[in-house]
Amino acid sequence: MTPFTRADTSILGRWWWTVDRWSLVAIAALMAFGALLAAASSPAVAERIGLDALYFIKRHFMLLPVSVVLIVAISALTPIQVRRFAVIAFLGCIVLLVATLALGVEIKGARRWLSLAGFSLQVTEFVKPTFAVVAAWLFSEAAHDPRFPGRLISTGLFAVVLALVIAQPDLGQAVVITSVWMAQFFLAGLSMWLVGGLVVLGVAGLIGAYFTLPHVTSRIDRFLNPDSGDTYQIERSIEAFSSGGLFGRGPGEGTVKNVLPDAHADFVFAVAGEELGLLVTLIIVGLFAFIVLRGLARAMSEQNLFVLLAVSGLLVQFGFQALVNMSSSLQLIPTKGMTLPFISYGGSSLLGIGIGLGMTLALTRRRLGSEAMT
Amino acid sequence: MIRRIKMESTKKQAIETARNRLLIGGALMAAAFLVVGARLFDIVVLNENEDLRRAAARDIVRPDIMARADIVDRNGILLATSLPTASLFANPHKVSDPASAATRIVEVLPDLSEEVVAARLSADKGFVWLRRNLTPTQQFEINRLGIPGLDFEEEERRVYPHGRLAGHIIGFTNVDNAGLAGIEQSMDAAISGAKEPLKLSIDIRVQQIVRQELAAQIEKFKAIGGGGIVLDVRTGEVISMVSLPDFDPNAPAQAPDETRFNRITLGVYELGSVFKIFNHAIALETGAASMSKSYDATKPIKISRFRISDYHPENRWLTVPEIFKLSSNIGSAKMALDIGSERQRKYLGHLGLLRRTSIELPEQSMPMIPARWREINTMTISYGHGIAVSPLHLASAVAATVNGGILRPATLIRAKTPETGGVQVFSAETSDKMRRLLRLVVENGTGRNADAPGYLVGGKTGTAEKQVNGSYKRNALISSFVGVFPATDPRFVVYIMIDEPKGIRESFGYATGGWTAAPVVGGVIKRMAPLMGIKPLDETAPEIVRALNVNLTAGPAEGRPNATN
Repeated sequence: MTPFTRADTSILGRWWWTVDRWSLVAIAALMAFGALLAAASSPAVAERIGLDALYFIKRHFMLLPVSVVLIVAISALTPIQVRRFAVIAFLGCIVLLVATLALGVEIKGARRWLSLAGFSLQVTEFVKPTFAVVAAWLFSEAAHDPRFPGRLISTGLFAVVLALVIAQPDLGQAVVITSVWMAQFFLAGLSMWLVGGLVVLGVAGLIGAYFTLPHVTSRIDRFLNPDSGDTYQIERSIEAFSSGGLFGRGPGEGTVKNVLPDAHADFVFAVAGEELGLLVTLIIVGLFAFIVLRGLARAMSEQNLFVLLAVSGLLVQFGFQALVNMSSSLQLIPTKGMTLPFISYGGSSLLGIGIGLGMTLALTRRRLGSEAMT
Repeated sequence: MIRRIKMESTKKQAIETARNRLLIGGALMAAAFLVVGARLFDIVVLNENEDLRRAAARDIVRPDIMARADIVDRNGILLATSLPTASLFANPHKVSDPASAATRIVEVLPDLSEEVVAARLSADKGFVWLRRNLTPTQQFEINRLGIPGLDFEEEERRVYPHGRLAGHIIGFTNVDNAGLAGIEQSMDAAISGAKEPLKLSIDIRVQQIVRQELAAQIEKFKAIGGGGIVLDVRTGEVISMVSLPDFDPNAPAQAPDETRFNRITLGVYELGSVFKIFNHAIALETGAASMSKSYDATKPIKISRFRISDYHPENRWLTVPEIFKLSSNIGSAKMALDIGSERQRKYLGHLGLLRRTSIELPEQSMPMIPARWREINTMTISYGHGIAVSPLHLASAVAATVNGGILRPATLIRAKTPETGGVQVFSAETSDKMRRLLRLVVENGTGRNADAPGYLVGGKTGTAEKQVNGSYKRNALISSFVGVFPATDPRFVVYIMIDEPKGIRESFGYATGGWTAAPVVGGVIKRMAPLMGIKPLDETAPEIVRALNVNLTAGPAEGRPNATN
């Protein structure tokens, strides 16, 4: 377990001894479960929509190593390099978001995908982690120097990103971005009055969405009153967990993937429940909780506000997505299409999460002197 | 410097605030993960809903989309339904080794020919059928072979739970579920795509009784076949229709052609003396003869090269009721001459005996009637020769004769309203007289074997020689009996015919309708009457005796015009 000696001062050697190896192990475990479930769940979906049975598996296994490389490479960066990388990437993302609206492929009434060099890219997946770091930087600068209008700039950027994402429209991603940004603002010392105001605003936004967007209305109605409409998907999902039992039916032996349209993405957790059973799904929940809470604990002992805010933002995004996805499958909240990090199929998601965790690991690496960056 | 210190302190304060608030956020996150874990535990282990577990444990099956509606009998008993099955097909382009694939497929499906399968698998096509309608076990075994390029098409297959019992009525479909015979064919449009089952007029219990009684008698008299029909005289509904030998509609291809022949609707026969019912009714209705009139039956009639004689010659004058009771051909022929060809033809037409029936079956025939209706035709038709109709024609016309004189078209579909219109053929008075005459035959005439105590069976025998190559054969008979009951207020007509019965010792060598078919009618009535809710009556009750009384003696004014000579 120690490929490098303590004396090794090469980049990789230093990386190994400073990075949070426990989180690394947890991430690797999640990736392994994700690979297993992609192989189990996606052929049924691929065949149903007329693709080669192995289509999703091939793409998942092609992108998984890329994600690993991104995590390792980015986690080797210093906090300043992370910040620079995030700022440049974020600006690039804004351009691509605009391009998505202009040139994007319309699928099911929404323009979320940008075709780029043969790959279709969901830019919002990259906006989420990079914007979290950019916002953290702006908030921390504002705290350092009250004359720097960091909060104002951050709010402005947030408004721009939100507008671009809602224009697609992609309400789920908008909710994630908003939650992360608000969490960071809260940590950055937003006055409790404003916190209350923002909460009210957020609730008002959701209520507004309920009354103005028909598909939101219908989903919430069906959650509050299952008899009011078609609850087929969520019922099958609950059945899947139930039939899986403690140890599951075995990988590939489930049936829920044959009937759920998004078995490889939004409802992958149900496939996990049916095929791998309660114990493994509890382990998956535990892995997510471990990565998030361990990261937050490390952020807590952090002396650098930027690092604290950035790590918190990235982990809130990671944890929030996981919680929304799992809670949807378990009928704890209305169904909301959101990917389960590393477990769901989704190329952009896989890479975006890789970038986010890469930056998290880079920022939580042990550094000599807490003020190693100014 | 002061500003610098101030900045340092705001920084310190900011990071303190952030840490405190992060503690809250972290706690919320931890709580959320705990809730997810608890919910998982709740669903899987505590599982308040046992139904869900059971629902999930079963495999997901295709919802029922029936391409064809069920067919049920008058009481809703299932006669035909559709079951989902799997049919095996192949994409020969994907089959890499047709020869070995064929060998392995034939091991599972031994009814296929290995050469044929190999040839189909080698065809330059994208789709070939290999076998339709596999059993679930066969499908499993084929799947287990793991041959690429084979696949299953979900189909529906028609199933007839009662098998051969109602085969001629229901008919069958081809492999693509298109009706090929019987109700399946004639009502194809109504059945395909319908949600509600098609309700027939048949009572499958009575069907079973008729089939059982008839089959036993066919066996006993070494006959080649037979038929039976039970008709509701008030509605024209067919309660039972049996033709033997019969076939299993679940496997129609394996059935010999002659078994698929429906003797009741498709077969037309010279039915013999049962036709005297119509002859007498027409004579009474038109006034050509009265109940007290007599005819000379002392010697056979010779007309051109024909000779009309009686089977049991009495060689005396007979009254109209006696002609019926003793089934005198001579008397009937003379009555027919009094009726006249024109009126005979007109009334037979009114009774529906000269045209196709409107029964809902594709298997039916046009009656065979004389091209020229001469005097000799009129005379032979009076006792059921020289005209060939289907047993259904006969039963329907008998029903019209006894039900008050109203012809109602025979139907196999359950009537929505109990009584339909119909055409008045005979007066109620004529109908009443015919009921008395029919009862007379069973009480002490040729039809005594048809009696069923308490049910006041009335009826008429018929024994016709079959025409083979243009001449009548003495020992090839169509022996039949038509019964109605109860004679006071008939509810049902029961007609039984037996094709080529051979005389046995028990019947003293006779193979006539009275010996062969009449007991079947009696047996059927005894068993079906309780099912149909008909109570036995006291046959000696004065009002019944009065209702069925027939005066066999000649009246003073009529008959024996030549008696004094």
